[in-house]
Amino acid sequence: MGKVIVVTSGKGGVGKTTSSAALGAALAKGGEKVVVVDFDVGLRNLDLVMGAERRVVYDLVNVIQGEAKLTQALIRDKRVETLYLLPASQTRDKDNLTAEGVEKVIGALKSVFDWVICDSPAGIERGATLAMRHADIAIVVTNPEVSSVRDSDRIIGLLDSKTLRAEQGEHMEKHLLLTRYDPVRAERGDMLKVDDVLEILSIPLLGIIPESMDVLRASNLGSPVTLADDRSAPSIAYFEAARRLQGENLPVMVPGEKRGFFGKIFGRKAA
Amino acid sequence: MNLRRFFSRVQSAPAARERLKVLLAHERAAVGDSDLVAKLRDEILRAISKHMQIDSEKVSVTMERGAQVSTLVVDIEIPFDVARKAA
Repeated sequence: MGKVIVVTSGKGGVGKTTSSAALGAALAKGGEKVVVVDFDVGLRNLDLVMGAERRVVYDLVNVIQGEAKLTQALIRDKRVETLYLLPASQTRDKDNLTAEGVEKVIGALKSVFDWVICDSPAGIERGATLAMRHADIAIVVTNPEVSSVRDSDRIIGLLDSKTLRAEQGEHMEKHLLLTRYDPVRAERGDMLKVDDVLEILSIPLLGIIPESMDVLRASNLGSPVTLADDRSAPSIAYFEAARRLQGENLPVMVPGEKRGFFGKIFGRKAA
Repeated sequence: MNLRRFFSRVQSAPAARERLKVLLAHERAAVGDSDLVAKLRDEILRAISKHMQIDSEKVSVTMERGAQVSTLVVDIEIPFDVARKAA
């Protein structure tokens, strides 16, 4: 049986889709069988970030409504052969997602794949609660910024009450993925520190992804950042986060903290 | 760049952290464990009002979630004359 992961945040624009694609690709590159499922019905974007937007024929809603088989809706990545995408519907609205339908699809997927990564829509409505419903592990994507931290706190509350695991009295495994971390702003004291966010949210840290042009470049090209350039700073951070997901005990490096004297001077000027 | 402004600039991150901590303490009490906290508040109020007159508006019950333990904070304001009578 595969593991079901929900990538969630509450707030929009913090990097859920980017992180879903990047982590999915990183795990698949290591030989794991991975499917990334877009739950953002009506506003799908995972297909675009993964460069499969022109290959979508059937989607999650078609499968749930019985209009297509799961195998017809799954899109295999052209770069990594163990990576698949299940796109969301662009035209239907999210009321077409039923609890029973989602349960069936997730059940079928986890019997075939090692990892089922559910890319949650923003907000705390139906789409978001259904995306987290069957998760074994939650990745809470947070920016070091007040509104994102507040929304993440709210989502953590929902993960502890509205998921199947929580309702059955089991522990819901939650990890913090701190994205868009800017070392220069952190050093100036104008960005919440990693320790601040960890103390406030009190869930373990999965990784810190530095703010980087490489992320934007990769999405422009329709490639998960971990496939576009596997040696860029955000890629390395995502690869390490993927290894931690697999249970490896790797220390987390805070970006910018190992810079020397000259790095500090030039780093400041660059801002 | 105005040099004096550059050097006298106050860091904004500590303010962000403090504001968040205060806000989330309240929100967690209001949202997270709303049923439990409301029930506790009712029962605590009832137990105390058997012995002294208190203003129900002046009772605050909050739950703070931590990594290892959660704390229940009960804050009850007792009117001056009641406190004196009890003493």
